Amino acid sequence: MATATAVRHRRGRRDLPVVRQLRQSVGLQRGMLVAGLVLTGVFVLTAIFAPLLAPYSYNQLSDAAGSFGAQQPPSSQHLLGTTVGGYDVLSRVIWGARTALYVVVVAVVLSIFAGVLLGLVSGYFGGWLDRIMVVLADAVYAFPSLLLAIVMAIVISGGQSKMWGGILAAAISITVIYIPQYFRVVRAETVRIKSEAFVESAKVIGAGHWRIMSRHVLRNATRTLPLILTLNASESIATLAGLGFLGFGIEPTAAAEWGFDLNKAIADVSSGIWWTALFPGLAIVLVILGLTLVGESLNDLADPRLRTRRRGGEAPAGVAETAVVPGGTLDAGPGGLAGIEESVDRR
Amino acid sequence: MSTSTTEIAQTDAGPAGAPAAPRRRRGGGGGLGSYLVIRFLLIFPTIFILVTSVFFLMRLTGDPITAALGGRLGPEQLAERVHQAGYDRPILTQYFDYLGSLIRGDFGTTISDRRPVIDVFMTFGAATLELAVYALIVAFLVGIPLGRLAAYHRDKWPDAVFRVFAILCYATPVFFSGLLLKLVFAVQLGWLPVQGRASTGAEIQMESLPNPTGIYLIDAIRTGDGAVVSDVLRHAVLPAIALGLLTAGVFLRLVRTNVIGTLGMGYVEAARSRGVSERRLLRKHAYRPALIPIITVIGLQIALLLGGAVLTETTFEWRGLGFQLTHYLQARDFVAVQGMVVLLAVIVAVTNFVVDVIAALIDPRVRY
Repeated sequence: MATATAVRHRRGRRDLPVVRQLRQSVGLQRGMLVAGLVLTGVFVLTAIFAPLLAPYSYNQLSDAAGSFGAQQPPSSQHLLGTTVGGYDVLSRVIWGARTALYVVVVAVVLSIFAGVLLGLVSGYFGGWLDRIMVVLADAVYAFPSLLLAIVMAIVISGGQSKMWGGILAAAISITVIYIPQYFRVVRAETVRIKSEAFVESAKVIGAGHWRIMSRHVLRNATRTLPLILTLNASESIATLAGLGFLGFGIEPTAAAEWGFDLNKAIADVSSGIWWTALFPGLAIVLVILGLTLVGESLNDLADPRLRTRRRGGEAPAGVAETAVVPGGTLDAGPGGLAGIEESVDRR
Repeated sequence: MSTSTTEIAQTDAGPAGAPAAPRRRRGGGGGLGSYLVIRFLLIFPTIFILVTSVFFLMRLTGDPITAALGGRLGPEQLAERVHQAGYDRPILTQYFDYLGSLIRGDFGTTISDRRPVIDVFMTFGAATLELAVYALIVAFLVGIPLGRLAAYHRDKWPDAVFRVFAILCYATPVFFSGLLLKLVFAVQLGWLPVQGRASTGAEIQMESLPNPTGIYLIDAIRTGDGAVVSDVLRHAVLPAIALGLLTAGVFLRLVRTNVIGTLGMGYVEAARSRGVSERRLLRKHAYRPALIPIITVIGLQIALLLGGAVLTETTFEWRGLGFQLTHYLQARDFVAVQGMVVLLAVIVAVTNFVVDVIAALIDPRVRY
């Protein structure tokens, strides 16, 4: 285990988890990973270059030729038609990627930061604090996440709000749901690692708690995070869309949000208008599909020994449990070893 | 037997040995009773934590009366209403009051239509329960056979197709699949009704029954009218598929994984060496034990189903708890929202307990 830590130190940042897994994948698995990466890449690029790609602004109702008109079918002017509010569907789908990306990034960063910190402290120190935290995390974890997100959205923004208010509200609501997942994983790893010999040695040398936690435990406890991260990113897209669908979205004049647009499309569908529902919905599906494919592939590739069992844990719990199994990714037989050797070779 | 026991103990997520084995071991272990007690007692802190968090979080936004009626009443009238309801007292007093009333079974009275939350819950809960049961049936019918097929054709094209299907099920939000189903089967093809739980005529017939249960299928059967039964069933098809597919994806992958896992176990090898056919191995030896973990997963699915039900009900105007919750959210009636969220928390905690008990009865490894 001590050597593993040393290698971990030497690996540096160039050996990103995704790159390493892409190299070791084969056949169907590689196809899934590549497809997922392409979809995710398209999503991120669309979000970044939204102003260049979108023909109109997300809240534009008219141009030089006059008003767009409501519920117009797809035409050369509006490739995907217009919504009931008179916005251009294509533009709102493209701008919606930007909103989604903001929310995912903020939510994932916040929940990793809080979840990892809490898990580390709780697992490292143990005792009554640890026990309370575990019960708390389990209580939040067992609860329907969407309902929790609704409560949080009420607390933060009182429902609807402007762009950044809405983005932060959605992101924080999602954060609260996902903290327990990171907490559980990091705590379990911490509890396992803190009894390892190298942590004992650090104590004997006289290293302080914070130094041990940050240098010795944290670096080893976060190995499985990329897997949870991608799966959670896809779930946070779904939660954001769910919130928007229930009317907790961001106002249409402030930003474009796919879930909100779908909510407005319910009535359209009943009268046979398909373009207002189909395209924002497809955008959600493709983004979640992309992120899920990446997460799934990373999950499958992470540990060949656990491969068949891992795939079973499709519910978030399964993912959270993977890290509890000793031996994680680094020293996990052929894959992990190959990764280490590669990184040494490239130096 | 001893070697296989240790093997089973190590594979935490893998399925257990033959279904008959756990029963024999239960007498020796003896831990079931204490496990049940501990597991039962754990319900209370879970509910307590959720109730407390929801209470304080909702109060952070201010009092519910101002939230609901803020724009409509003058400041003096508002202050009087707030005082009447006791929302100007110290927050801790309100909190203990609230806990007390919860224990008495009082979950508050809605502000917008002045109904006890528990009544709202009882009235609309039947609809949500009905939807959830239909969805679970769809999930079982789709997920389990397809998962078995995928495992049987492991790493060949049917496996790939079913796995992509499972991921698609998971990736599609229920409201989007709901809208698509509606568009195709209700609007374009006109095969099924667009929304609602039954047509008006059927609803009137069912409401005239003495003590309607609120579960439409039961009520429809009680009317004895075949047209009403088929009307109720036709309304249920699309919502059940929309919500059921979400869980079907999870079941498919779980069954596939577990069947592959059991196919590699020692007792299957043993049967194979005795000359049992591959087909029989799959059907009898590998398949049944692979279903056990599904019971554990159903516990987690209940939370997912309830969240999904909120969205499905809004999509199909299925008048259940989720539909009602959205309605109260839009009316900014936070007493109702808080009451319903707390009641749902209780239901989730209790169902999780029941599922854990069933899992412990079937599978001894679950016990502490």
